[in-house]
Amino acid sequence: MNAAGIEASGRPALARGVKMRFDEARQQWILNAPERVLVLDEIAHAVLSRCNGEISINELCRELALEFAAPQEIIQADVLEMMSEMLHKGYISL
Amino acid sequence: MSQPAPPLPAPPLALLAELTHRCPLACPYCSNPLTLERAANELTTDVWRRVLSEAAKLGVLQVHFSGGEPLIRKDLEALIAHAASCGLYTNLITSGMALSEARARALADAGLDHAQLSLQDTDAAGADLFAGSKDTLAKKTASAAMLRAAGLPLTLNAVMHRGNLHHLEAMIGMALRLGAGRLEVAHAQYYGWALRNRAALMPSRAQIDRASEIVAAARARLSGRLVIDYVPPDYYAARPKACMGGWGRRFLNVDPVGRVLPCHAATTIAELVFENVTEKPLAEIWANSAAFNRFRGAGWMPEPCRSCERKELDWGGCRCQALALTGDAAATDPACALSPQHDEMFAAAQAESAAPAPEFIYRRMDGA
Repeated sequence: MNAAGIEASGRPALARGVKMRFDEARQQWILNAPERVLVLDEIAHAVLSRCNGEISINELCRELALEFAAPQEIIQADVLEMMSEMLHKGYISL
Repeated sequence: MSQPAPPLPAPPLALLAELTHRCPLACPYCSNPLTLERAANELTTDVWRRVLSEAAKLGVLQVHFSGGEPLIRKDLEALIAHAASCGLYTNLITSGMALSEARARALADAGLDHAQLSLQDTDAAGADLFAGSKDTLAKKTASAAMLRAAGLPLTLNAVMHRGNLHHLEAMIGMALRLGAGRLEVAHAQYYGWALRNRAALMPSRAQIDRASEIVAAARARLSGRLVIDYVPPDYYAARPKACMGGWGRRFLNVDPVGRVLPCHAATTIAELVFENVTEKPLAEIWANSAAFNRFRGAGWMPEPCRSCERKELDWGGCRCQALALTGDAAATDPACALSPQHDEMFAAAQAESAAPAPEFIYRRMDGA
């Protein structure tokens, strides 16, 4: 466990009823969830499009470190914080 | 020289599709208008299909199938399937009173993304009293199980008021037991039927404060298991809510006969003329309808709204409430402490909540 209360070995998935799509009218990626729409920036899209319930947060961060050429520790800290908030708001399940 | 055309408004995010006003329940806080439309006047399946296609093209991301009770429409599955084929996120807002296992499966098979089930109380007698019907709690809990068995994510919608707020903890427990991922704790909003029944519904300040504490504690305790949305009652607020996220900004409502409304209560504003999807394309109505443009943005605002730093946060609050309480739809919403009518509104709410609750005036097709 860490400060965000989430294990890096966890395998996140979008929660039931949460769907990602590209919003043509506004040219952006979004999450549709019950009564809510969340606009995704590039990083959030990169993270959430990997949340398929199969790869762990660890593995996901390793991929992001390569893709964005950034240190994995820094990415992992940010991703864990984001996952904690997304879990609390019901966008993902772990 | 001709004037440049005004910029197009940003596209709407959500469409509330009120398929019918028919409903097996008679809740005294129903959000439908006091004058209800009959089945013979309802839009056809083909017109609804066109409306859904136009909405998706306009930029709508989510469609909420509502009513009345949308399950009464036999074409509900066809409309869900059509909406899903247009890329819309589909939500069903239902009383759950006439659901069967086969129907729940058919809804899921049609591509329904999410279901929202109303719950009037956790106590069987209370549930029947507040719904104006019989055996409601047993039918609703059975429906919740059917929706979950069909694999549908579930939200419970609990309208709270002076008669059921003492069951809020039990309501949270019931949401968990029924497998809901989300609970809407929505205090009654006082327009239409709820305004008629305001004295029978208005909670005390102490009840509201207790409810806020219960929600805060439950959110912390149930983080990751149950999302709780909380809609506070604005009669006791200091600032108004951003009603509909701002008039004509994010939301449109098509009523059972095809009128396009900025909110479900907008027909109370008699000065407005609403255009109809049978006569014009949805995009044209969204952009050009006088009813949408009347209170869109901040240009219509009086003082103290006009110079308020929050004017693009709360968008002046609720126009229907301003009309209902001040007689002027363009007045500052009395929910705002800066409104001259605010103290009067607050005092009326306190007095009503302290007096014995009168009998309900139930929602009926033939009006209040």
